[in-house]
Amino acid sequence: MLAPLGAIGIALVALGLLLLLLGADPLRALGALMGGAFGDRNALENTLLRMCPLLLVGLGVALAFRCGVWNIGGEGQLYLGALAASALATRVLPDAPALLLLPLVVLGGALAGALWGGIAAALRVGRGVSEVLSTILLNFVALLLVAYAVHGPLQEASGAYPQSDLFPLAAQLGLLPGTGRVHSGLVLALLLPAALWFGLFRTAAGLRLRAVGLAPEAARYAGIRPERELVRVLLISGGLAGLAGALEVSGVTGRLFENLSSGYGFTAIAVALLARLHPLGVLPAAAFFAALSTGSGAMQRVAAVPAVTVQLLEALVILISASFALPRRTD
Amino acid sequence: MDAGTLALLLSLLRLTTPLCIAAMGELVAERAGVLNIGIEGMMLVGALVAFAVGVSTGSGLLAVLGGISAGAALAALFAAFVLWRGADPIVCGAALNLFALGATGTFYRVLFPPELGHATAPQPGALVFVVLTGLLVLGVGLFLARTRLGLALRAVGERADAAHAQGVRVLRIRWAATLFGGACAGLAGATLVLWIADTFVEGMTSGRGFIALALVLFGGYRPLRIVAGALLFGAASALQFRLQARGLEIPYGLLLMTPYLLTLAVLALFASRVRPPADLARPFRPRV
Repeated sequence: MLAPLGAIGIALVALGLLLLLLGADPLRALGALMGGAFGDRNALENTLLRMCPLLLVGLGVALAFRCGVWNIGGEGQLYLGALAASALATRVLPDAPALLLLPLVVLGGALAGALWGGIAAALRVGRGVSEVLSTILLNFVALLLVAYAVHGPLQEASGAYPQSDLFPLAAQLGLLPGTGRVHSGLVLALLLPAALWFGLFRTAAGLRLRAVGLAPEAARYAGIRPERELVRVLLISGGLAGLAGALEVSGVTGRLFENLSSGYGFTAIAVALLARLHPLGVLPAAAFFAALSTGSGAMQRVAAVPAVTVQLLEALVILISASFALPRRTD
Repeated sequence: MDAGTLALLLSLLRLTTPLCIAAMGELVAERAGVLNIGIEGMMLVGALVAFAVGVSTGSGLLAVLGGISAGAALAALFAAFVLWRGADPIVCGAALNLFALGATGTFYRVLFPPELGHATAPQPGALVFVVLTGLLVLGVGLFLARTRLGLALRAVGERADAAHAQGVRVLRIRWAATLFGGACAGLAGATLVLWIADTFVEGMTSGRGFIALALVLFGGYRPLRIVAGALLFGAASALQFRLQARGLEIPYGLLLMTPYLLTLAVLALFASRVRPPADLARPFRPRV
């Protein structure tokens, strides 16, 4: 419990020093950041909205890292989920029965993300390609695919902007009662950490997954096939990211465009590490980074500190968590 | 040589040179057992610092030196976490890429606000970078194959424990190799700004660092084969631009994916045939 808080503390102090270096007043900047994240109802809803993809992708990253699989491709998997969901909602199935449309769109997004993770799994198991490089390279391909889609086959009918048509109402997620913008997908995202905790720590499948992450060769002697676990965890991890992408387009933006994600896939790595790869820890970690990301906009307006500066904070949290707070692997 | 061929050759060199430089640095680091996937970020920081120094001093030489030192400085941060703290190199490399994106984005916007107008970096000329790359390849090749220190470095990458028992300072060599890799990545980034483009653009490395990582593997950890791989890669990309200019039917947006798909294809074909240094990415803790 202390180590993650220490990581945050060190990173915040480093950020404060950087702000001083940039000639900004650190306390004022941090105040603006807090206000932008929690200051009013709108800010709070924004933070909740950003928490949703961070939770889902962060859970996927945590599971993969637990299994010793370096899935750096959350960003690409998220984009592919958003792409598939948008293709389904605006081109393939816009006239499907209203009751079926939304589940199909969300499921399609999750499957597309799983497929993107599955490619990396197939390359690793079949061709010996390290998933580190393949998932990173697939990020670039996914981003370019989305760019191509919104300039070409999925571009809105009016052709005015590089974006897809607005989703039909039946393909948009409903809002949570009493909120102005928060979509109902957040409920699903909030339930998943507990479900995955159960899966990881209370089922045989979860034990196999952890065993492979801790000691692949020992797991092999125990009759577990590490390759199979690798494929499984990349499918789940990619599927969670794809789900996040689908929820983003059908619950927040209502359409597909470039730069939809603002780096959720990479921030998710920081989320997972800060959570010490524990599914339940992902919950507060995602909330923390969501607040940071929402607040950074206000920080830019009030204190004239570029919003990308918080990426430095994310990187520092990853570095510190990786060297002080991560359970050591036995090789 | 007619103008068309010359243009093709020049475009080949522009595509190949930064990859070769970055790959040579990564080669030395990996032969010493340090897997650094953060060279993408080190290239990016090198590019920004080279640009800033070049714009403010007008000197190409200082800009190059600035890029090199920036890459090495970031590599020192990487080494501090990975070699000194024993943190996971892949996680730290990924974090460093994120760090570089945040740092370059922040400082680019602070140093060059849009109201300042368009700034351009000095251009020392293509020849400088091509000759520099040739010397680098030659130097790395000779160092690894023909010097005692090169032998010690390879031993550290293959069997760190054995090298340690022989009296080789494992961590010292790994530190030096990591810094050299970062310096090369910084130089590659400087090349982008001082030759390939005359200005800095956020995220301008666009995956070249990762492609260089793949090239090291593709070249089987041998300097000349890595250069050959980079040339092959550059030729395919140059040809792609040529086809595009001829009005090929493939949409431009999909052609942009070529370098990444090509890299994936190359990895799929060759990854399993290559044997990486045995102690690559394994932490070393001396018995004391």
